[in-house]
Amino acid sequence: MSDIHSRRGFFRVLGAGALIPLGAAPAQVQDSLAGRGDVGTLRDPAAAGRPRQPTRSVDDNAEIQAIEQRLACSCGCTLDIFTCRTTDFTCTYSPQLHTEVVALHQSGKTAREILDAFVLKYGEKALMAPKPAGFNLMGYLVPGAAIATAGAALLLLLGRRKAAVARAGGAAPAAEPPASNASPEELERLRRALAEVDD
Amino acid sequence: MTLLGQFALWAALLLGLWCVAISFSGRWQGRPELSASVVRSVYAVCGALVVASLSLWTGLINHDFNIEYVAAYTSRNLPSYYTFSAFWAGQKGSLLFWAVVLSLFASAAQLLTPRRYADLMPHVAGVTTAVVVFFVCVMLFAANPFERLGFTPADGRGLNPQLQNVGMVIHPPMLYLGYISITIPFAFAVAALLSRRLDTGWIHAIRKWTLVSWLFLAIGITLGMWWAYVELGWGGYWAWDPVENASLLPWLTMTAFLHSVMIQEKRGMLKRWNLGLIVGTFLLSIFGTFITRSGVIASVHSFTQSNVGYFFLGFLAVAGVLSFTLLYTRWPALEAEVRLESILSREAAFLFNNLLFVGIAFSVLWGTLFPILSELVRGTKITVGPPFFNRVNVPLGLLLLALTGIGPLIAWRKASAANLKRQFVGPVSTGVVTLAVLLALGARDFYALMALSLAGFVAGTIVQEFYRGVRARRRMHGESAPLAFGRLVARNRRRYGGYVVHLAVLIYFVAFSGMAFRREMEATLKPGESVELASPFGHIYRLTHQGISQYETLNRIVSAATVSVTKDGKPAGLITSEKRQHVDSFKRPTFEPSTEVGIRSGLQEDLYIVFAGSVQGTEEAVYRFNVNPLVWWLWFGGFVLAFGAVLTMWPGGGPLAPAPARAQAGYEVTLVGAAPK
Repeated sequence: MSDIHSRRGFFRVLGAGALIPLGAAPAQVQDSLAGRGDVGTLRDPAAAGRPRQPTRSVDDNAEIQAIEQRLACSCGCTLDIFTCRTTDFTCTYSPQLHTEVVALHQSGKTAREILDAFVLKYGEKALMAPKPAGFNLMGYLVPGAAIATAGAALLLLLGRRKAAVARAGGAAPAAEPPASNASPEELERLRRALAEVDD
Repeated sequence: MTLLGQFALWAALLLGLWCVAISFSGRWQGRPELSASVVRSVYAVCGALVVASLSLWTGLINHDFNIEYVAAYTSRNLPSYYTFSAFWAGQKGSLLFWAVVLSLFASAAQLLTPRRYADLMPHVAGVTTAVVVFFVCVMLFAANPFERLGFTPADGRGLNPQLQNVGMVIHPPMLYLGYISITIPFAFAVAALLSRRLDTGWIHAIRKWTLVSWLFLAIGITLGMWWAYVELGWGGYWAWDPVENASLLPWLTMTAFLHSVMIQEKRGMLKRWNLGLIVGTFLLSIFGTFITRSGVIASVHSFTQSNVGYFFLGFLAVAGVLSFTLLYTRWPALEAEVRLESILSREAAFLFNNLLFVGIAFSVLWGTLFPILSELVRGTKITVGPPFFNRVNVPLGLLLLALTGIGPLIAWRKASAANLKRQFVGPVSTGVVTLAVLLALGARDFYALMALSLAGFVAGTIVQEFYRGVRARRRMHGESAPLAFGRLVARNRRRYGGYVVHLAVLIYFVAFSGMAFRREMEATLKPGESVELASPFGHIYRLTHQGISQYETLNRIVSAATVSVTKDGKPAGLITSEKRQHVDSFKRPTFEPSTEVGIRSGLQEDLYIVFAGSVQGTEEAVYRFNVNPLVWWLWFGGFVLAFGAVLTMWPGGGPLAPAPARAQAGYEVTLVGAAPK
């Protein structure tokens, strides 16, 4: 941060300003005219975060992005490399990991080979999702298998109950309907009205 | 004030222990004065915790940096509303917040519950106060918010920049309100088990509490998504982070309960299941708290790692064992009154709906814990991130969406083939037409196509239900369509409020599916330079970097990068994204620079701009540009969901209210030609 924020710093800058001859350009100029002149320098570069390098075409390469979205950043953020490097701009790990992905990609390796290289170097935790093989297969299959088993058990149970009801001679006895003073015609209209809404 | 706060915490502990001891010993039975004492001690505990909370707030507002918590989470130049919300920003303060809100809920439950449940209330008081006592113990013995430092710093560290967002003021309290209020239905369930009053009475007593809790959780989760979207800057709103998952788990099981409880009310079935769901939901809320506070699983949302995790693990184990043992001992008394008659019935549809809700909850829990399991079994650390959760849960979510449309179409008890045909033709046609239109428009993402087609099907179901209800009223009463619509909803708020919630769910799914079509690019631009970005809706955005300006404001130095936008050649305004370097009152940097996203939100898509930084301190800026389709609908869905839930719980109009003139829930049927009432 610039020392202009302290009183002493302010007077120093003021004093230095008085010594600048009229017409001389200051060392740092903030460009206020879009698209004209040189690119200006920020008054307080440190406040704008870690200095960045210009984006290269490989940074925007969809294939590289897709690979990076399958690889975890090792900074502890729980994000993938692409998301971390384009979100947490204070992270120093994700730009480095990005450089590694780009290097591997440029050396002609396929996505699968790049992922394998990362697993070899950083361990299985480098992948955003474990490979569906071996013990990890349990991770993918157990929820679906549990639901399918429970669903099958439910269907079996319902089927058995239905069969038991049928063996007992039809459906369970319905409750005695309340006495009604309505005529058969009125009851029929009521039935039709209820069928209409069919709750 | 810390002395007063400490004293209040100890007072709460002693009063709470008295309440719990008398309640669980059962000595209040037949002794009205002891029964009254149990209930009054709930209010007393609440009073003590309110005093403790006010003490902490006083310390925060007065910048008493001798209090460790105040120094750790605030600074002199922190805006007052964030100073206020710092109460729940850290581990210790949020424990106190939890305890005081739970004691307020416990008091409200005692005050608002009708007298016909009076014999349950001392048990309810005991359970709620036991949970409060646990939180007070955690504070007094592991994470005391009134702990003092050996010196007084000139200024505090300040609040984490990512928490300096309006979402931080609203989102955590909403989520906490949801988590905390789950204790009330749990307390009633335990009270019913203890008192052996296992009819549907306890369910009627907790229905609104459950809805309130469910609503707060839903709002909290949605606000959390909004906060993540506007503040974290990664362009999305849900990352399957363990803490996000932890908030989803109790919401899923509670949603299952809200459906299955209807079967118990209407048919006297699923009593054991419902009690199990309530107990499970409570345990999941404690489990979520354990995950957030123990540091056992890496999460961006976690509080500082501390030993409070052991307290929560112990409490979780004790609460689980006691609750399920109690349920087991009452098992024979929880026999269903009737049996399910047909697989083709609404009861069966609700059963499968419950299976899916609980299955998804299990799947999310399984994925969240799988890294720990893997490390235990294989000794290998793995990461379980969004690709895993999407692969496992998206198909289950789509099945659930399908059931959202199927359930209301099937009749209670047993549906006939003719009934099924009549009910399904319209909604299925809507779904098929939606699919055809999407295919014709060139959409090819399988899951997005499925989600949108099923959303069409569910929309067809909802519209059909409203349409048939209105048509029936118009035929029977000769009412105009708007009047028939209004009365239809007013006469059965629970049913039609539920359909509004279903509408919200389909809106959520539509919004989720939009992210399958997102576009993004990185670009480095000098002032005046432009890039073009095409949106999935075919719009062309031209983004021109205007420059970076720097200025100081209350507690930060802002570097604001501005982009002028044209959409399809027409000016669409300026969007600014910022880097913020927060400083304390002595202008010393407090945290790493944070990013503020610039968003231009629309019904079709959001233009999402992130200023990644400047090139070597110049005005040349590195940006990430995203076009995120249909995100606006997610926030709109949140409003629809809240509206539907409020409609559902609005007093009166429910099928349980005495309505002798009503032939069937939701419809006032007057026989044609009969004398008007």
